[in-house]
Amino acid sequence: MKKLNLQTWIGAAILLVVVATALLAPLLYPGDPLDMSATPYLVPGQDWHYPLGSDLMGRDLAAGVAHGARVSLLVGAAAAALTLLIGVVFGTLAGYWGGWVDNLLMRLTDFFQIVPRFLLAIILVSVLEPSVWVVVLSLGATSWTHTARVVRAEVLALRHREYVQAGLAAGMGHVRIILRHILPNALTPILVSTSIVVAGCILAESGLSFLGLGDPNLLSWGAMIGTGREAIRTGWYMIAIPGVAVMLTVWSLNVLGDTLNQYFNPKLRD
Amino acid sequence: MKAFIQRRLLQFLPLVFGICALNFVLIQLAPGDLAEVVAGETGQVEDGAGSAEYVAELRHSFGLDVPAWAQLAAYLKRLVTFDLGYSHRFGAPVGDLIRERVAATALLGVSSLILAVGVGVLLGVLCARWRNGRLDRAVSAAMALCYSVPVFWLALMLLVVFGVKLQWFPIGGMQEVGIEAAGPWAQARDVLWHLVLPVVTLAVYSTAVYARFTRASMVDTLQEDYIRTARSKGLSELAVVFRHALRNAFLPVLTLIGANVGELLAGSIVIETVFSWPGLGKLTYDAVVNRDTSLLLSLLFLSSLLVMAASLLVDILYARLDPRIDIKR
Repeated sequence: MKKLNLQTWIGAAILLVVVATALLAPLLYPGDPLDMSATPYLVPGQDWHYPLGSDLMGRDLAAGVAHGARVSLLVGAAAAALTLLIGVVFGTLAGYWGGWVDNLLMRLTDFFQIVPRFLLAIILVSVLEPSVWVVVLSLGATSWTHTARVVRAEVLALRHREYVQAGLAAGMGHVRIILRHILPNALTPILVSTSIVVAGCILAESGLSFLGLGDPNLLSWGAMIGTGREAIRTGWYMIAIPGVAVMLTVWSLNVLGDTLNQYFNPKLRD
Repeated sequence: MKAFIQRRLLQFLPLVFGICALNFVLIQLAPGDLAEVVAGETGQVEDGAGSAEYVAELRHSFGLDVPAWAQLAAYLKRLVTFDLGYSHRFGAPVGDLIRERVAATALLGVSSLILAVGVGVLLGVLCARWRNGRLDRAVSAAMALCYSVPVFWLALMLLVVFGVKLQWFPIGGMQEVGIEAAGPWAQARDVLWHLVLPVVTLAVYSTAVYARFTRASMVDTLQEDYIRTARSKGLSELAVVFRHALRNAFLPVLTLIGANVGELLAGSIVIETVFSWPGLGKLTYDAVVNRDTSLLLSLLFLSSLLVMAASLLVDILYARLDPRIDIKR
């Protein structure tokens, strides 16, 4: 394997900073970031007590970015976990059992690929009333199709391998074969791209909360951009700062995912 | 050809039914009874003798006083006849609301698609031809950013730079008020002017997708024997890359377009919201703000149909372009 490039190191460093900020947010900025604490419209650097300035309602932007990191990472990770869970279960069932189970699940996958994902997520959140867990649920319920397809293909290829046949002949149960002998081999391509799934979920979450469909009691980066939009003529930094936070986080996750992919899937190496 | 289209349409039937069923489930999931909500909004739920009657009357007019299966049947019957119902929040039939806005979204979406395919494919070809060269590395770094940027944020930032600070482009809307008076040419120019920022922003993500995919496809194709043959015949590099390689490498890229239509529709929700573009995306946002679930579900239904239509169109085009596929079967 070639040496890790600069991009990967930068990505890892950024992600580390974001995770640390998320963990330390309650210590660095105790109290609710939604509370008014400063003079409104402080430009970054104007008052060093508020290094990133304040928004049009006098909320500390630095506190918002720190607490927003918690929401973004939490929602991203939870939604990605749900995505993987649904995708792996459906993909394994379809690939292992074949026949009508496969047919049914793959039609379901087709269906979810036809319906525009983001629109369906919007509708789910707005029907079920926004909260963190509803956002997680609707992102997970709309993004599992790719995982399901990849897992299905892997499981299908392993299903007829000799060692699996041997296991069956030796009287092993299906559940044990799936858990012990198929999944560990089938999951590599999915697990190495987990961080890319997390990145996608963070992006989608920021879009939802920008549209006002995030949890109203939590300050997230998307919601901060949505608020800052009202001050587009005078306070563009209110939009810029949380957006840069989203972009750097998503970028670092994508870069790390690509690196892992190249490391574990030799086929992808150029 | 006809048989092929018929078969594809038949395959779509269960999907259409699935979307209807999903829509219906979502309506049932929505908390609260539509009749009570509407009655509450019209201010008729004071505790009087009339209110219960009014709610009952509304419930009857919405068809909510019959069992769920009968509601589903009625719902399907209405969908088949393309009767999308009435939006109480907007005070207009859903069909009219959508019809008024389709053209704006189509203009935005089709322009973005053309831009994204054009630029993306060209970049992909150049990157594959000079693989691992300076351009390739620059483009792949830029594409990584395109994949990571939230489109609505990019839209706002472009608006800040080019709309508010430099004032090169208008900050929203589709045309100036009263521009019709200046004649059709002035109006077309004005719309084009308003179109630039939304189209560019909407195209960013798709461009990255097309560039990445075209590059991968071209890298494979350029290693084929017939490319070596074409080179050794003494054909110009331009002819080799574009006429011999791209014509084959483009086919897998074509299949992306079907899926991309759905992404463009989803992207147009935030883009149109940011640029106040009077299309379906803006309507979706307004429906979200007003909690108009039935309008949202109609939008979901129609966009799903549109994605299916696009994928059918792509399939037909694919079969036309690839002589190996026998469409008559």
